[in-house]
Amino acid sequence: MIIKGGIVYDPANGIFGEEMDLCVDEGRMAEDGKGEVIDARGLLVMPGGVDAHSHIAGTKVNTGRIMRPDDARLGIEPRSGVCRPCTGYTVPNCYAIGYRYARMGYTTAFEAATPIIEARHTHEELEEIPILDKGALTLFGNNWEVMECVRDKDIGKLAAYVAWGLRSARGYGVKIVNPGGGEAWGFGSNVKGPNDPVPNFDVTGAEIICGLAQANEMLRLPHSIHLHFNNLGKPGNYTTALETLELLKDIKPSRMRQVVHVAHMQFSAYGGTSWRDFESKAPVIADYFNSHNHATMDLGQLLFGSATTMTADAPLEYGNARLTHNKWSNHDIELEESSGVVPMVYFRKMLVNAVQWAIGLELALLTRDPWKVLMTTDHPNGSPFINYPEVITLLMSKPKRDAEMATLHEQLPKRTSLGGIERELDWTEIAIMTRAAPARILGLVDKGHFGPGADADISIYNLRPEEIDPSRDHALVKKALAAAKYTIKSGIVVSQEGQILAAPQGRTFWVDAAVPQADMDRLMVDLQEKFEKYYSVRLSNYAVQDAYVPHPKVIRAGIQMEVA
Amino acid sequence: MISGRTLAQGAGCECKMSPDFLKAVSLCHLSKGDYDALGLCEGKNVQLKNEFGQVVLAPKVDAGLRQGMVFIPMGPWANVLVGPDTGGCGTPQFKGVEVEVEATDASVLEIRDLFRGLRRAQT
Amino acid sequence: MIVEDAICSFCGCLCDDINVEVEEGKIKRVRHACRLGSSKILGHDRIKAPMIRRGGELCMVGYQEAYDRAAEILLRAQKPLLYGWASTVCEAQKKGILLAEEVGGVLDSTATVCHGPSVIGIEEKGLPGATLGQVKNRADTIVFWGCNPAEAHPRHSLRYSSNVCGRFTPEGRAGRTIVVVDVRETRTSKTADKTVIIQPGTDYEVISALRMLVAGKGDGVPDEVGGVPKAELDGLAKTLLAARFGAVFFGLGITHSRGRYKNIDNALSLVAELNSHTKFVIMPMRGHYNVGGIGQVLAWSSGFPMSVDFTRNAPYFNPGETAACDLLAKADTDAAMIIAADAASSFPRAAVEALAKIPVIQIDPYENPTTLISEVVIPSAIAGVEAEGTAYRMDGMALRMRKLVDTSYPSDEEILSHILESVHRLQRGLER
Repeated sequence: MIIKGGIVYDPANGIFGEEMDLCVDEGRMAEDGKGEVIDARGLLVMPGGVDAHSHIAGTKVNTGRIMRPDDARLGIEPRSGVCRPCTGYTVPNCYAIGYRYARMGYTTAFEAATPIIEARHTHEELEEIPILDKGALTLFGNNWEVMECVRDKDIGKLAAYVAWGLRSARGYGVKIVNPGGGEAWGFGSNVKGPNDPVPNFDVTGAEIICGLAQANEMLRLPHSIHLHFNNLGKPGNYTTALETLELLKDIKPSRMRQVVHVAHMQFSAYGGTSWRDFESKAPVIADYFNSHNHATMDLGQLLFGSATTMTADAPLEYGNARLTHNKWSNHDIELEESSGVVPMVYFRKMLVNAVQWAIGLELALLTRDPWKVLMTTDHPNGSPFINYPEVITLLMSKPKRDAEMATLHEQLPKRTSLGGIERELDWTEIAIMTRAAPARILGLVDKGHFGPGADADISIYNLRPEEIDPSRDHALVKKALAAAKYTIKSGIVVSQEGQILAAPQGRTFWVDAAVPQADMDRLMVDLQEKFEKYYSVRLSNYAVQDAYVPHPKVIRAGIQMEVA
Repeated sequence: MISGRTLAQGAGCECKMSPDFLKAVSLCHLSKGDYDALGLCEGKNVQLKNEFGQVVLAPKVDAGLRQGMVFIPMGPWANVLVGPDTGGCGTPQFKGVEVEVEATDASVLEIRDLFRGLRRAQT
Repeated sequence: MIVEDAICSFCGCLCDDINVEVEEGKIKRVRHACRLGSSKILGHDRIKAPMIRRGGELCMVGYQEAYDRAAEILLRAQKPLLYGWASTVCEAQKKGILLAEEVGGVLDSTATVCHGPSVIGIEEKGLPGATLGQVKNRADTIVFWGCNPAEAHPRHSLRYSSNVCGRFTPEGRAGRTIVVVDVRETRTSKTADKTVIIQPGTDYEVISALRMLVAGKGDGVPDEVGGVPKAELDGLAKTLLAARFGAVFFGLGITHSRGRYKNIDNALSLVAELNSHTKFVIMPMRGHYNVGGIGQVLAWSSGFPMSVDFTRNAPYFNPGETAACDLLAKADTDAAMIIAADAASSFPRAAVEALAKIPVIQIDPYENPTTLISEVVIPSAIAGVEAEGTAYRMDGMALRMRKLVDTSYPSDEEILSHILESVHRLQRGLER
């Protein structure tokens, strides 16, 4: 395949809007190409989108579907052509997830949080999602074995457990959510911050985070720890964010990447002391990211309208349900984690929601280096992913932001600096935040760029970057981003002008990390005991079997062994 | 009338055509008080009847039941007495069904006989 | 040869510690399973071969002929019902959903005669729950409401609830308070610490009274609710509030009784209220080993967990209209495929009579009343014994059922794949 004459943005390879041809050979980017010619003259061309943090598969996603037939009834698309029927808006069915991401030009998406013991379910759903390449991050932050290794300061055994857990879950990386709080929620309480001891376990969240970060680097995992802070969603929680980030600044990453990736930073950039004096602390947070290089973030942008909050931060969800008198699902997972699901609606005229909306945008615009910022909505917590074009156009257009702000609660300008920010992101920055940076942050070496050998995941839009002004013509930009002219996945045209033409199966990325046998042996003693005494399933039935990952892409990692 | 699970019913649910299943499921549990009041004894059966149908079952004393309540293991005999209406929710009302109970000398129908009357469409 | 940690394919407990002795390709002995599981795994007399009804009698035929006839019946029908699914694995369920989409039918599971009302309740209020291991390790107070695990889920108390020891429950039964709420005494209530007998059909009122008592609004509760004196209800409320971690398990006693889904809605609300005082979870006691699975698979495939009408090209869900018993009550279906369930035994008589008037395809290892009214009978391998695959436990935990012995019977998944092939062939033929 040859894509002719596109205006290519490939920031990872130093290409910022150059007219050039792209060649595809056997599903990968190549120097030369032959065969099908796609005319992309003058059109915006970027690598396929990479979503590094989205809730797309597993128990809590399906719980969202089951409890929200009201949501399923929105977004109904009958079966047609190669497409199976689609339903849902905030909690779409598996087929809708694949087709809708592909239509927008996205080709890779990662499930943000999976407990090891429920990974089998996650993989069943991931396999049902068409087109996309995918992976799932594995939860470790409230895990009994993790907490005990951290308490005993046994990082070798902890690393062995992380390796074992990733293999058992066929997971890609280490996810930490409200560390310690999920365990406290087992008896209905929470932790007040990273220094609050976890009941019954004699550790703190700070120790859990640092222990897992060390283990992560010992194992040389492609991704860093991926962290959802304690106190998420609470007024004044920006201090928790800063103090937690400080804990990690002296840890050395084992690869050319961050030491910690912060999930949905927007929800942890809150000032004020209550909902009454609630305000944005995005400038302070952005300042920190501007002056430190060990952390990256994804936005978790909130948009007005319907959402479904779903997270391993179960106490937060309980709080959401009580606040909004809404239906509430909770799911505590033995020895490992907690979670909750609560439908939500965000209102323009509600000051708190308006401030939240502003915070996400401020974070992106005030952080100087776009390589540190990923554009996400923490689908479906902030908004469904189908609204990404709305977020992108807000970031690219000050007039659009101003027009929006004029429709929001009139007190908003007092609580956020957004109104005074002139910066408008350009296509290079957008390509970084939605393609190149997520790939680099996750450690996906063949994604997010067009270097030779990279996966031929390409998106071509009905936009002429050399002619159009995204600041003024934001409505046109939004429309074009919603339905790519072409979405190409591994060299196959999967979507054209919003119509799905092919639904090939994607691959599931997971990490197989090696550790010294001695540490693994010590670990197994602990695990045998836990399975004998505490788990409700047997060890031999626990791990995800090969049958659930029939299209694997295994990334090797591990502790560097002594070489004679 | 309440219909529900029992161990014997569950153990036999994959051999429903067997005499064991018949014995386990074509039962009507009643309180001692109702058993006596109906004049039941060894060899006598009970006939249960309501607007949906009637069925003959073997009686059994069950100390857990109050008077005025009968229990039938779930299955085709009990379902003769369950109406098709789902109250707009999709699920019929299998418990709390009003029935009339009387002693009878009639026999319990074997499972094939229970279904013999059903008309089949010509295909 | 001993297979260890086999998973039982009977009830929603999905016990995964079963030892099965296999000799010369046959199951000889089963250890650790309860009476229900042993019976299932040891097996019974099977249907020998596929059959098609001719002249009123079922005659043996080859598999292909049965597949073709089944495809013909489904395609000819305007609104076929594809029902059952609870006793087979997810891999088969996925094929079934595809088949329902392709032929344009209504797919429903046994949930609609079982915990369907629970699903509706969850749609109203959500499900504040946990995995069974949380109950094992933390619960000091357990309520069994309208269920009788001693007869329906025999190893539940020993593996997951009343009698098991866990990290924070080292005393096991001795450290727990077990409460049974039912309309009668049962084998389960015999071993409970407290039994509350209520009048049939009054679950809703009793739950409402408890909600008021728990919320400190007991003044509004009458002297007697559901035949239970207020003092007794007050005592129960206090027991619940005193829990460190409470678990409510509920069953068909409240899904089948007057009020149906409203009872569940209310119970879910009670547990939500309890969570503002202490920690509580609630869980439906799913009857069949993979009724949970069809709910999960159908939800991620179509957006809805049961009673999905695919005849309009897009999934349509409306229990009361699209559930199996609804379709039959209104003669709104003109063919049925009954797989991994026995509709003729489980449905109200009038629904069975309606079923007998339309062509029925049965896919099952065993002869049962549905066989008596079927036009096509296709014997299948026993999932969880002769075919592997995924099943979902009552708490949503997915486990992989093992294959213990070989068989010459095709699996449900294979049968459905073949029927799909026949459907495609017929569709191509019709287009010409």
